[in-house]
Amino acid sequence: MKPRTLYDKIWDDHVVEEQPDGTCLLYIDRHLVHEVTSPQAFEGLRLTGRKVHAPEKTLCVVDHNVPTSDRNLPNPDPESTQQIAYLAENAKLFGLEYYNEFDKRQGIVHIIGPEQGFTLPGTTIVCGDSHTATHGAFGALAYGIGTSEVEHVLATQTLIQSKSKNFLVQVDGKLPDNVTPKDVILAIIGEIGTAGGTGYAIEYGGEVFRSMSMEGRMTVCNMSIEGGARAGMVAPDATTFAYIKDRPKAPKGAAWEQALRYWETLSSDDGAHFDRVLKLDGAKLPPLVTWGTSPEQVISVNGRVPRLEDIADDNKRRAAERSLAYMGLSGGEKVTDIKLDRVFIGSCTNGRIEDLREVARVVDGKTVNAAVNAMIVPGSGLVKEQAEAEGLDKVFKAAGFDWREPGCSMCLAMNPDKLSPGERCASTSNRNFEGRQGYKGRTHLVSPAMAAAAAIAGHFVDVREWR
Amino acid sequence: MKPFELLDAVALPIEQANVDTDQVLPARYLQKPRANDFGQFLFRDLRFLKDGSEEPSFILNREPYRASRVVVAARNFGCGSSREHAVWALYDYGVRAVIAPSFGDIFFANSLKNGLLPIVLPEDVVADLLKVLVAAPGSRIGVDLAQQVVTAPDGTRHAFHIDPFPKHCLLEGLDELDYTLSQMDRIIRFERLYDVVMPAMP
Repeated sequence: MKPRTLYDKIWDDHVVEEQPDGTCLLYIDRHLVHEVTSPQAFEGLRLTGRKVHAPEKTLCVVDHNVPTSDRNLPNPDPESTQQIAYLAENAKLFGLEYYNEFDKRQGIVHIIGPEQGFTLPGTTIVCGDSHTATHGAFGALAYGIGTSEVEHVLATQTLIQSKSKNFLVQVDGKLPDNVTPKDVILAIIGEIGTAGGTGYAIEYGGEVFRSMSMEGRMTVCNMSIEGGARAGMVAPDATTFAYIKDRPKAPKGAAWEQALRYWETLSSDDGAHFDRVLKLDGAKLPPLVTWGTSPEQVISVNGRVPRLEDIADDNKRRAAERSLAYMGLSGGEKVTDIKLDRVFIGSCTNGRIEDLREVARVVDGKTVNAAVNAMIVPGSGLVKEQAEAEGLDKVFKAAGFDWREPGCSMCLAMNPDKLSPGERCASTSNRNFEGRQGYKGRTHLVSPAMAAAAAIAGHFVDVREWR
Repeated sequence: MKPFELLDAVALPIEQANVDTDQVLPARYLQKPRANDFGQFLFRDLRFLKDGSEEPSFILNREPYRASRVVVAARNFGCGSSREHAVWALYDYGVRAVIAPSFGDIFFANSLKNGLLPIVLPEDVVADLLKVLVAAPGSRIGVDLAQQVVTAPDGTRHAFHIDPFPKHCLLEGLDELDYTLSQMDRIIRFERLYDVVMPAMP
């Protein structure tokens, strides 16, 4: 048999039907549903009297709209309230498992899937959200879909898809201390650009990913879409299996043994063909900061914001001109001179327990700068519970951080958490687009350790020199 | 979905690369029910000032461009969020085709399912179209999906590729879901076999 990549293998195992032009009907094992991209899909089913084909393969949760303040207070936005209520109603009507905002299993959809063992190696996983690639960390084929496709999956448990090309991103070497998975993925995006992965499924391979925790792999896969790729994945290994074992929805007993035998076959064969390969040396990576309004606009923390006259490429210079103006930067500033108004720690990129432990390590015994409003939003109720069991919340509160309830929060400003016009934020989220964190808000993407240190200092600092 | 018809319409040039779906439709409008006219939220924060008045420098607020039904954009149009609402905003405004050298993958897929035709043309062709549309506001572009041809304002014809299945669906106004539902027997057969091979994946 021809050598195959991890992506090829998962794809092949899920093809229900292939058309002569290569268009496939692909079987979907897992469907995650949240309140924002599902209403029209459920409405479609209701209008046509259709059912959900495989309710047991569907898991619903609220995350985008829910305020991260006290859950017992009313939601200030009537349209959000309506969307949340509609998901609850649809879950009941169609017989779907649903975690509401009072359930301690509630959280960001890409955090709760892995937590529950709903995310498994070798599965196809979709969700009406572009950060679904997060689940690829487990060696699953996971990607974001639109609302029409949400309805299609609900009704048929399949999608009509054309296969992507294979892209291997290999990062070898050992990461320096305080250089994190977030810096790795920002470096990759900086290298390939925001369209570099368009049309590809990325496999992350090499020593850096092999020695990375599941939380770190999730951070990396999460931002595949920022490099243009719908899907990003890491082959499953002992780290993966240890994370999954005994999770509520993970296979147990004989089924676990059988699953393991299958999962162990899930890696790219020697000699498998990749249409594109990128190699980076992990040992050379610094902590990174985005300076513009595209995730590809990254620079080392000890560098300077680029000057327009130093950018040779016409397209990039035009984009930079617009980005600098929006970000209120003139070019040439030292990154460590950039002062901050806000710090946001959380999101499906960096809202897991390991991220919070990093933050606690950096801020323990210190105080948030008086000019900075800093918030920490755990990715799920279970992350929150774990953090509190470890006493991390006490460290955060003692330092002056606002410790909040789980949700998407200020990653995308469709709940009360948002930047005011002109406010500058160090954020552990995934997008620095214009207006992403609030109208005219300014976002710099960084790792949790970098965000934590910036909150204390009031400006960016090189976390490698943090004492 | 309505069948895709022959287009001959004013075209809007967007010279900026990497226009993300947050620009096309900001997140705070994602709560709106589909019954809304999403056209009013199209490019909301670029097109309007905070007080709701028009931003005079934004191109869609200039007269001949207001009637645009085709968008010509620089590379990687529609990158970012999976929100189908971005497609609804373009469609509700009246746009029926977007021409660019490349698109965000999810935006591309979402467009096809809503009667909005995404057309990939070579970067130099798009660059030339952008120049013409900026220099001569109100220039028209033709799109013939059946023939897979774009006609530039000067009459030059450019062939484009589209997969046969989405082309058929667009031309006939067919919903993919109807097609797949006709294949349910096949899906159920697949599931039975799959359950035997993969018992660990209930």
